[in-house]
Amino acid sequence: MAQPLTLYEKIWNAHVVERRDDGTCLIYIDRHLVHEVTSPQAFEGLRAAGRKVRRPDLTLAVPDHNLPTTARIDAAGHRLPIADPESAQQLAALERNTAEFGIDYIDATAPEQGIVHVIGPELGFTLPGSTLVCGDSHTSAHGALGALAFGIGTSEVEHVLATQTLMLSQSKTMEVRVDGTLGFGVSAKDVILAIIGKIGAAGGTGHVIEYTGEVIRGLSIEGRLTIANMSIEGGARAGLIAPDETTFAYLKSRPMAPRGKDWEKAVAWWKTLPTDAGARYDKSVTLDATDIAPSLTWGTSPEDVVSITGAVPDPESFADPSKRVAARKSLDYMGLTPGTRMQDVPVQHVFIGSCTNSRIEDLRAAAEVATGRHVADGVRALVVPGSGLVKRQAEAEGLDRIFAEAGFEWREPGCSMCLAMNPDKVPAGERCASTSNRNFVGRQGPGSRTHLVSPAMAAAAAVTGKLSDVRELMR
Amino acid sequence: MEPVTQVSGRAYPWGAKNVDTDVIIPARWLKTITREGLGQHAFETVRAQPDNIFDDPRYAGAPILVAGDNFGCGSSREHAAWALADMGVKAVIAPSFSDIFSGNAFKNGIVTVALPQDAIDRLVEVAADQPLTVDLETMTVTTPFQDRFTFSLDPFRRRCLMEGLDEIGLTLARDTEISKFESGLAEDRPWIARESGYEGITIEGAGRT
Repeated sequence: MAQPLTLYEKIWNAHVVERRDDGTCLIYIDRHLVHEVTSPQAFEGLRAAGRKVRRPDLTLAVPDHNLPTTARIDAAGHRLPIADPESAQQLAALERNTAEFGIDYIDATAPEQGIVHVIGPELGFTLPGSTLVCGDSHTSAHGALGALAFGIGTSEVEHVLATQTLMLSQSKTMEVRVDGTLGFGVSAKDVILAIIGKIGAAGGTGHVIEYTGEVIRGLSIEGRLTIANMSIEGGARAGLIAPDETTFAYLKSRPMAPRGKDWEKAVAWWKTLPTDAGARYDKSVTLDATDIAPSLTWGTSPEDVVSITGAVPDPESFADPSKRVAARKSLDYMGLTPGTRMQDVPVQHVFIGSCTNSRIEDLRAAAEVATGRHVADGVRALVVPGSGLVKRQAEAEGLDRIFAEAGFEWREPGCSMCLAMNPDKVPAGERCASTSNRNFVGRQGPGSRTHLVSPAMAAAAAVTGKLSDVRELMR
Repeated sequence: MEPVTQVSGRAYPWGAKNVDTDVIIPARWLKTITREGLGQHAFETVRAQPDNIFDDPRYAGAPILVAGDNFGCGSSREHAAWALADMGVKAVIAPSFSDIFSGNAFKNGIVTVALPQDAIDRLVEVAADQPLTVDLETMTVTTPFQDRFTFSLDPFRRRCLMEGLDEIGLTLARDTEISKFESGLAEDRPWIARESGYEGITIEGAGRT
């Protein structure tokens, strides 16, 4: 009998072009997503060396990071200019480069435009068992469909454009198993925050995570995308979830998904991919779903996770001396005092969006909490759909009206307030309950203070004006 | 790329843990379309603090940075490596690195040296007033006090660094192998090839989110 293999090993083996004596492999890349921020220097490199894009058909480009999320066309249908000259220059470079190299480009004003990690799955560009890369660390999100997907730097973007391959060493494998049933008011975001809290921000370094267990199986593709998206926050370059009937149902007849005989053949192969019984992971971690409460971060690393019923920790309570130093610095930056109940912390900003939580289910969860309530005085709340298709769907369901009536701003798709590269920023010293993925120093703007939360928890913070236990509002 | 065999000189004795890419170079400086000039914005939030090591004249222009666990975590931005290179850093020594960052550093001729925490503690202490040497020939980090720490590096990366090889050129030389793989791909997984020229959501099945 053949040696039992993990999902990761099966995908890896199917993509080895050549194995070198030292064990590194030339790996074929099936899908390449390109955006405006990490690609200009790669195209410039190709141009300087007189090189072509090997497989434009496997490449798809869309702007997302620095596009403003305000209206993009005027009443007469004309494109509105981008005020920031550097953003405008980078966006123009993407348009020019994709035209020059023959790559499909989704324009800022196209109905399918959106965050690169939202549009890949929703267009069916992302496929199980494929290798998918993008010059963005949250590419790990696509692992939710069983694609081996990871972020790359600009030199690697250039390498993939020129050769459709990457020279890689095989990673170790780590199983993260979540057993049991999620409690009332607990979402996929709380699960991944709990996982990172447990394994730490470097817990998955050098590993590819595979998420398993009842909880993961029970999640929709949207929930799985939230989990896989934040694999990188646990140090893992990629996170995988085995494809199953939920995956196939999600992908069937999406615009770029295989059709007809190709679809049948693809599904048959995808069904062979899940990890074999008896296959070994280098590391295994198990969480019990009943231990997971609605969660959030208190500090400036995504591993600084606490339950909403908890309090700001005392830095002196950490055993590791370097962690004590880091915690003291974090609390100073965050303007928090040890022992303060998380639910007593007021917020001035709420951001519902980002590649972690801007899909239709996320917006539905937030809208449910917002219904019949109003954003608290002194709070600015933004809802930024992940793509034009999500926006259209939400509007068809009337979610935009719920948000507008509740005092939330309803914006155009993009990365928005996740990373302070466009006009949506949190001012210095102000605090934001954010559904994004990083609470780093200055991430949402210089001096900004971020608490990572689920969409429902973000909506709860918006209507109460402070970090709140969404379960109290759902009863 | 310039070949690197040895990096020797003063080192920033930092030792900070979980130094993320937003600390190395904040996102607002990523709107550039060239690789140069990012050094002046590197570690901006750290440099806003009084008495920070990056503005300490003792370490000005130091080619080595000593940091804590999980250096370069966060985003995939190669701008972090470009910013370090632009400020003259040619080697970073830490207990561990984010996988993406170490790849980016390597592609810009920056050596990432992983050493255990006790070695880092010692190097931070020594680097306060002494130079360090990172040697790719002997695979060691040494100090003027007979300290000698051995490290390992992916053999392919080591060779590329020492010979200053162009990785894309190396891979393009494997064109026959790549073409052969693509023929097999067309046979075994025909759904991977796509028609270029996406027509938009008029295609049936779109609009479902």
